[in-house]
Amino acid sequence: MNAEQLIFYFFAALVLISALMVVTMQNLVRSIFLFFVTLFSLAALYVFALADFIAVTQVVIYVGGVLVLMLFAFMLSNKELLNSLEPIKRTFKLNHLAGIFICLSFLFILVSLIVQIDFSGLDWIKSAAPILEGDNTIHAIGMHSMTRYLLPFEVLSVFLMMALIGAAHLARKGKKI
Amino acid sequence: MIPLSHFLIISACLFCIGLYAVLTKKNAIQILIGIEFMINAAVLNFVAFGRYDKENGGGQLFALFAIVLAAAGVAVALAIILNVYKHFKTIDPSKIDKLKD
Repeated sequence: MNAEQLIFYFFAALVLISALMVVTMQNLVRSIFLFFVTLFSLAALYVFALADFIAVTQVVIYVGGVLVLMLFAFMLSNKELLNSLEPIKRTFKLNHLAGIFICLSFLFILVSLIVQIDFSGLDWIKSAAPILEGDNTIHAIGMHSMTRYLLPFEVLSVFLMMALIGAAHLARKGKKI
Repeated sequence: MIPLSHFLIISACLFCIGLYAVLTKKNAIQILIGIEFMINAAVLNFVAFGRYDKENGGGQLFALFAIVLAAAGVAVALAIILNVYKHFKTIDPSKIDKLKD
C-alpha cells in the first residue's frame, strides 16, 4: 500500500466517522462544528479524483458560506438549546429503528450493485483517456463553461439571482410573508 | 490510482448516513445537514466519474453546478426555517402541522 492509498483511506475513514458522529451526536452545536471536518475531508477526496478546482470550491462555498449561515440560523432559532450545553438524555425510540433499517437496506442494495459492476470493463471507461496528474483541469473547466456548457451556466446565474432575492424577501422583517 | 468502485462505496455510505438523518432527526437544521450529506455524496460520484470524461469535462462541471445549487438551496431553506421559528416558536417538523393559522 503506497502513500497515496494510505492518505486516501485515511480521509475516507475521516469522512465516514465524522458524518456518523454528526448524525448521532446529541449536542447540536458540536454536530454542526463536526460538519466542518466532514466537508474538509470530502474536499480532500475530490483532490484524489483529480478535481482540484472542485475541492477549492467546496472549501470556499461550504465551509465559508453554508456553515456560517447554518450556525447563524441555529443560534437564532435555538436559544434554549444553547443555554444547556449538557447532552440531552439519550432515549431510544422506535422510529429510529425503522430509519436504521431503511438506511441499512438501502446501503446493502447500493453496495451490492457497486460490487457486482466491473467498472474497468465498461466500454466508455476503457476507451476514455483519463485525466492525469499533470493536466490543467482549471483551464479545461474555464473553456467548457464558456463553450459547451454555456446554457447551464447562464441558467444557473439567473437561478442564483432568484434564490438571493427570494431569501432576502423571506428573511425580511414585517408581517407579510 | 484509486479504483472507481471505492469512491462509489464511500459515497453510498455517505448517502445512507444522510438518509438516516433525514428520516429520524427532529430538528429542521439537522435534516438540512442530512440533505447536504446526500448532495455531497452525489457530487463525489460526479467527480469520480468525471475523471474518465476528459474531453467533455461533464463530471467536474456538473459537480460545480451541484455545489452552487446546494448553496442557493441552503440559503432559501434557512430563511424559511427562521420564518417558521418566528411563527411557531419551534423548528421540529413534526410539530409544524398547520398551513394557515
